[in-house]
Amino acid sequence: MSLQTAALERVIVRRRYADRLFRICAVLMLLIAIGTLATLLVDVFMAGAGRLSWQFVSSFPSRKPEQAGALSAIVGTLYMMTLTALFAFPIGVASAIYLEEYARRTWYARVIEVNIANLAGVPSIIYGLLGLELFVRAMRFDRSLLSGSLTMALLVLPIIIISSREALRSVPGSLREGSYALGASRWQTIWHQVLPLAFPGILTGSILAFSRAIGEASPLITIGALTYIAFLPDSLLSPFTALPIQIFNWVSRPQAGFHVNAAAAILVLLVILLLMNAAAVYLRQRYQKRLSF
Amino acid sequence: MPTAGETAFDIQNLNCWYGDRQALFNISLSIPDRRITALIGPSGCGKSTFIRCLNRINDLIAGCRVEGQVLYKKENLYAPGIEAISIRYRIGMVFQKPNPFPKSIYDNIAYGPLIWGVKRGPQLDAIVEESLKKAAIWDEVKDKLQQNAQALSGGQQQRLCIARALAVEPEALLLDEPCSALDPIATAKIEELLLALKKTYTIVIVTHNMQQAARVSDVTGFFLLGELVEFGETGQIFTNPKDRRTEDYITGRFG
Ligand SMILES: Nc1ncnc2c1ncn2[C@@H]1O[C@H](COP(=O)(O)OP(=O)(O)O)[C@@H](O)[C@H]1O
Ligand SMILES: [Mg+2]
Repeated sequence: MSLQTAALERVIVRRRYADRLFRICAVLMLLIAIGTLATLLVDVFMAGAGRLSWQFVSSFPSRKPEQAGALSAIVGTLYMMTLTALFAFPIGVASAIYLEEYARRTWYARVIEVNIANLAGVPSIIYGLLGLELFVRAMRFDRSLLSGSLTMALLVLPIIIISSREALRSVPGSLREGSYALGASRWQTIWHQVLPLAFPGILTGSILAFSRAIGEASPLITIGALTYIAFLPDSLLSPFTALPIQIFNWVSRPQAGFHVNAAAAILVLLVILLLMNAAAVYLRQRYQKRLSF
Repeated sequence: MPTAGETAFDIQNLNCWYGDRQALFNISLSIPDRRITALIGPSGCGKSTFIRCLNRINDLIAGCRVEGQVLYKKENLYAPGIEAISIRYRIGMVFQKPNPFPKSIYDNIAYGPLIWGVKRGPQLDAIVEESLKKAAIWDEVKDKLQQNAQALSGGQQQRLCIARALAVEPEALLLDEPCSALDPIATAKIEELLLALKKTYTIVIVTHNMQQAARVSDVTGFFLLGELVEFGETGQIFTNPKDRRTEDYITGRFG
């Protein structure tokens, strides 16, 4: 009896050590990840925070670094992301609903599925080339806000489809059956039962996708979005610029003053990103509260 | 309306496959109107598959194929041109695991009438109240109709699911092991409820609990490996089974 107890004790002690060791490793990894990020942030902050001012966010670009501002880039980014969301969100969610709820599991459904997964991994510059050929040249939208938004919409579409499907799939089958058993049609079941439950997940996935797109410079550079814009876009077909392009442009100038501007613009971009993620968290909380007990 | 005890479901040579695997073999039986029919048998013998053929909810499973005839009130449910939706409107179903929608108690019951065209208002309120009363749960929930249904206990959830099914005024009720996740008290409540409901509804209940089948049902069918071994009056099945396998099962020699 006592021998057994002693053996048991040893096992427990050994497990406790293993547990502690694992925890220390995990915390170390976390510190490395957060440390890298923090270094970057502090670096940018030190360089750019002093330059942030009302003058900076309300002025157009200029040849003199201390007079230059990011107004056209900020407004361009906001317009572009709004349009991107308007294009990509409905199409993406509808595609996900079709693939997940309607399409039968045939070989071509699987081909489409694999292709969408692959598209999500295609480098963004390739989307830029597609946008250049399709929207700028073939459809003659030129280097406009519309071309930029449509290109960005293509870029985020696969991610939205994949994350929306994930969210739809997580709705338990028993709820669908409960709805069908009352004589509900497929669409009624999707609209009244499945979508409300999947919505927080769809929203989170989509906002993450837009957060990725907001920092993309290469597709916009590829379609030839301008870097020096001293006016605000007044129509879908106006030329435009966006924060990543403006940053790219400033960083590549020789004068130190423009590098400071770039750091300040990065901070602005980070703030927009944080606001978007905060919105995602808020919306998710809000809807989940309504949906679970 | 036919008199109670006449045939409600007339099933002839029903076969069912999941992909290449056959789950039901040549099932023929007739289920009486406004009686309780119990289906018993060891797990995996096809009870759920069978009962899910009666409201065509198996249609939703990819790869599930049904052959044979299921007549309900002389109408072939599998005839071309028959809408599965309208069948499920007339034949309600309650599942093994209570599956209330993550909505309020009121909205759970109102969902069926709403999708069938009832508008929100006093008429819907009346349907909700009446359904909850029929399912013997009104007194427990009448003060918290706007609370989330998933906060109810398992037994209450299951009675809520029964009320939800009754709200569209079906003629028949299919229950697939409705008590298997419930404690004995909740089970007793549901059994009592079923006995009250059989005056108005044709009830088919799958159960792996033989005492339950003996207590509540009028006729009983015993399934084994996808075949219907024996079907008859509950008293006869439990006291004087004709088939050796039925006797072995109800005396607990296997299962
Ligand atoms: N969705 C399904 N896909 C494939 N096979 C299934 C499915 N549902 C049930 N089966 C198979 O059909 C047989 C009968 O299952 P089921 O009707 O659920 O039995 P029971 O309800 O009597 O336990 C089992 O062998 C089971 O594995
Ligand atoms: Mg079963």
